[in-house]
Parts: sequence; structure tokens; C-alpha cells
Amino acid sequence: MTEPLTLVFSLQDWFTLFLHYLTLSLLSVGGAITTAPDMHRFLVEQQHWLTDEQFNASIAIAQAAPGPNVLFVALLGWNVGLNAGGMLAGLLGVLLSLLGILIPSTVLTYAAAQWGHRNRDLRAVRAFKQGMAPIVVALLIATGWILASANGSSLKDWPVWLVTVVTALVVWRTRTHLLWLLGAGALLGWYGLI
Amino acid sequence: MSSLPAPDHPQPQSLTDLFVSFTLLALQGFGGVLAVVQRELVEKKRWMTREEFIEDWAVAQIMPGPNVVNLSMMIGARSFGLKGALAALAGMLTVPLIIVLLLALVYAQFAGHPGVAGALRGMGAVAAGLIAATGLKLFGALLKNVLGLRLCIVFGVLCFIAIALLRWPLAYVLLGLGGVACTVAFQKLKP
Repeated sequence: MTEPLTLVFSLQDWFTLFLHYLTLSLLSVGGAITTAPDMHRFLVEQQHWLTDEQFNASIAIAQAAPGPNVLFVALLGWNVGLNAGGMLAGLLGVLLSLLGILIPSTVLTYAAAQWGHRNRDLRAVRAFKQGMAPIVVALLIATGWILASANGSSLKDWPVWLVTVVTALVVWRTRTHLLWLLGAGALLGWYGLI
Repeated sequence: MSSLPAPDHPQPQSLTDLFVSFTLLALQGFGGVLAVVQRELVEKKRWMTREEFIEDWAVAQIMPGPNVVNLSMMIGARSFGLKGALAALAGMLTVPLIIVLLLALVYAQFAGHPGVAGALRGMGAVAAGLIAATGLKLFGALLKNVLGLRLCIVFGVLCFIAIALLRWPLAYVLLGLGGVACTVAFQKLKP
């Protein structure tokens, strides 16, 4: 463990934090996680507002928890706040980082979606939807592949891959509740079977 | 956002219905909410068709911002405009945010346990399968695509190779391959 950080935050620093997330928001094509490397550069390496451990734990916790993975941004803000003076500052960090990462992208997406809906009969809009459809379907399968290979890609990792493939087939072909499958995966992992 | 409104298309009852529905969706989404959104909103509640889901997901992907957040906002806006978008967004984020903060508070006590690391690994493997299955299920929607099934498969395979095997940045693939696919579709959609 590295030394815990103790920071003194000025109004200017909070503003810098907020501004950084505002700019990252518009760059986060493909999800907020794609900007994680830049968040690491800014928060850990440049400003020294977070330790490496805090950064990695924030991402791991958000991925394990239910809900959208973007909440790792809130945890980063929470930890910056904790370093800067405790729970109240932590909540301020949550608020600023989450609003910063969400406001620009959601405003833009909302405007684009409304425009697309109003002009849904335009040839260009229809072409966009039809042309993107096969890409979108393939992207989902590719995402499954990438997530599975994060669990290990050597030969001895075959049980993990088996779980992924069986899950995909079960969900595709049956109506089993998704939580049962997650619970089964957690149990297999807990007892070290995969 | 299909131009033909589907018959017997149930709608969310109210803003509260939207908020509660999206809260429940988010809480079931360990390791990603997308699979749950597809199963609950397309298959169970039937708020949208497979085709509409793909269309919205395409926009959610190509715009900046968290994909699932973008998607829930667009689904909320379908029925109740801006208010619906905000209700869905709040549902997706509020309760999960509280949970994630509580988890962070107790994280220190659990982090050392080997079972916890194993369970996370197991859930990760299942989550990967859930996402892949969502793609497999939506495949059927491509049968009606103007590109034709054969071209759809070509674009799909190229996309999979670029993203999953070559690990090219998503933005390039969406702009490059997506741009070509949209251009071909534009040609085929001759007025």
C-alpha cells in the first residue's frame, strides 16, 4: 500500500475536477470506460489526487456492483473527496464528477435522438439505422468475447470460457432468469471451480 | 424509432413506472445492464421491438457517453419526451449510486477474501455470456435489413474481427466500417 493521501482542496481545484470531466464527456465515445486511461493520467499521475490502489478499486467495485459501469466515475470522485477531507467532500466529489461526465454527452445524445426521430423518414436517417444494424449486433458479440478474454485466455482457463459459452447458449435459447445464472457463476467462482 | 408503429405496443404507464422499471433493470445488471434491458423491455414488457432496440442502441453507441445511460434516456423519451428521459436516467443511476457508495465503504473488509475474488471472476464469465447472447438474439432482426443477409454477415464478421481480435479503437470501426455500411444502405434505399 502506498501512503494515504491528504489533500487540501480549494474552490479552484473542485472547478478543475469538474472541468476535466466535462471535457472527457464528449470524448467518451463507446462508453465512459474508454476515457479511464486519461482519468488515470489526470487524477493519479498529474494531480496526485488519487493513489493507484484507489483508482483500481474504484473500477473493480463499480463493475461488481449492479448498475451501469459509469458509476466508477462517481467512485473516483468519492475517493478524491475522501482524500480532500472526508464524507461531505466525498459527496461533493461524487456530484461534480458524475454531473461532469454526464451533462455534455446526455444533452448531445438527447438532441441527436430527437432530431433522428423527427426526421425518421429521411433517406439518410433510414440508411444510418439499416447500415449500423449488423455492426451493432456484431459489437455485442465482440463485447462478450472481450469480457471473456479478460478472465484469462490460456488453455487452463477453459472452465471460465465454458461458463461463458454455456451462459450465452442458455440465455439465447431459454428464458432462465439472468440472476440465477449470475448466482451460479458467483458460486462456481467462490468455491474455486473456475 | 421505426416509421411503422408496431401494433399492440404497450407503453410505460407513467413517469413513476419508468423510474421504477429502470431502477429494477439497473439492480439486476451485474457486470452490465444491457442484457437485462433487452430481455425486460423487448421480450417481457414489449415496450419496443427488436428493430427499435437495435436502432436506439446504434445511436447510443455512436454518441459520446455511457451507452446504457444514453439508451435508457432515449427509451424514456419515446413515451414522455424530456421528462421521460430524465425519469429513466434517474432510475438507472440513483439507487445503484447509493449501493456502489455503500459497497465502497465496506470494500476494505471483503477485499482480502479469496472467495470474493473468485465470485467476481465467475460473475464476470457469466456477464460475458449474457452480452454475447444479446447479440445472438438480435441477429434475427437482420433478416429484414435492406442490406440483405449476406452483406449483413460480411459487415458483422469484419466488425467482430476488428474489435474482438485486432482490438482496434471503437471510434475508427464505427466511423470506417459503419460509414461504408450506411453508404451501401443509402444506395439500396433508392427513393
